[in-house]
Amino acid sequence: MAQHQVNYLKDGGLPVALTTIDKVVNWGRSNSLWALTYGLACCGIEMMASGASRYDFDRFGTIFRASPRQAELMIVAGTLTKKHAEFIRRLYDQMTEPKWVISMGSCANTGGMFNTYATVQGVDRVIPVDLYLPGCAPRPETLQYGVMMLQQKIRRESASRAQKPKRLL
Amino acid sequence: MRAYTPKDNVQAKPYYTDRFWVAPQVAKHDVSSDAVFESDLNALKSKFEILDAYIQVEQMVVVINAADNFAVLDMLKNSLQYNQLSEMSAIDWLAKEGKFEIFYQMLSMSKRKRLRIKCKIDEKESIQSVEKLFRCADWSEREMYDMFGVVVNNHPFMKRILMPDDWEGFPLRKTYPLQGDEFAAWYEVDKIFGKEAREIIGPENRDPARIDRYDTERFARLGHEVPRGVDITNGEPDTPLVYQEKNGAFLITKFDPETSVTITDRNR
Ligand code: SF4
Repeated sequence: MAQHQVNYLKDGGLPVALTTIDKVVNWGRSNSLWALTYGLACCGIEMMASGASRYDFDRFGTIFRASPRQAELMIVAGTLTKKHAEFIRRLYDQMTEPKWVISMGSCANTGGMFNTYATVQGVDRVIPVDLYLPGCAPRPETLQYGVMMLQQKIRRESASRAQKPKRLL
Repeated sequence: MRAYTPKDNVQAKPYYTDRFWVAPQVAKHDVSSDAVFESDLNALKSKFEILDAYIQVEQMVVVINAADNFAVLDMLKNSLQYNQLSEMSAIDWLAKEGKFEIFYQMLSMSKRKRLRIKCKIDEKESIQSVEKLFRCADWSEREMYDMFGVVVNNHPFMKRILMPDDWEGFPLRKTYPLQGDEFAAWYEVDKIFGKEAREIIGPENRDPARIDRYDTERFARLGHEVPRGVDITNGEPDTPLVYQEKNGAFLITKFDPETSVTITDRNR
């Protein structure tokens, strides 16, 4: 005779959890966001700070990778010059699906204070962006909050659906 | 208290307009006022035609013919002990006299003197490279070509240094618009997607301060985030800053401040 009763259908009741495939997949995806190191200017320093021990991005499963083949999140941190635009597009294309982009700082969002001939006026002219972080530079807390918002966004999406081609601009 | 001035549209008002402002010149002194410079100048004068020479801010400025530039720098380096080329570039005087001014800033470590060689060339004229004398002139001359379009003869690698190789126009010329010409404005679009994509992507937005609070396609207020494209003209709901949304990730129970107890008595 059972000493105590276990309600298997109740969430959190051990040892079984009921869920959907979507939730499992999205949970995995959202908590292991491997980011491509993309420090282009001063914002890159803040991105590095978020990765280092004080702010510790590893807690969120966000580990910086130096190869686009291993990354699924591109954090564009800094000023994108026109000369570099084709390379950012190429690296974005090399990342495997599903992939997300965070545009970090005024420069990446709109060109920022570099209202000149040599700066791309917003990375969304070249690659589709999921999340824009305001600031010059955004503090690591902002980037952390941004990644949390992105995780929530990923969990909202349907995991099985083939990635819709993202709208540019 | 400071008087209030309305601050709408401060971004649109340019605060500086005169691109062609030229700083007033400081006083020029005769070269005879400095014995070291005077002997250097006499040595130069014995071999080359000197168009002008004066002392300004304790540095001698010598204007020469552009064709003599290599020979003059050779003499300065090898017999007059000016052994360092600290800087060189061009100045755009095309609007004023149709010429570029090329300057070489020299430093003598042993004499503790600085000297500037200047010469003028026409827009289409080219100039002799001094890279054989000073290695540092290599990149400076490439930059001069990149930014002004001054072609340098006998340079080992005459190629753009900062701008992409297929760039059109020379950005530091006074006639070049700061925000770029037509080619610059569409450069990345043309290169990556092709000219057909211009219409889809649209022109650049050159006002980085532009914000439309009701445009949820492009903007979101911190703490009031809504899905993209929602109409918020009647206000938007508060979105408290939380890590987990409700029923977000399974196995993780959200901390609920409503049902929790705050312990005040530590010795409970
Ligand atoms: S937004 Fe500011 S901090 Fe970031 S790259 Fe641009 S200038 Fe630097």
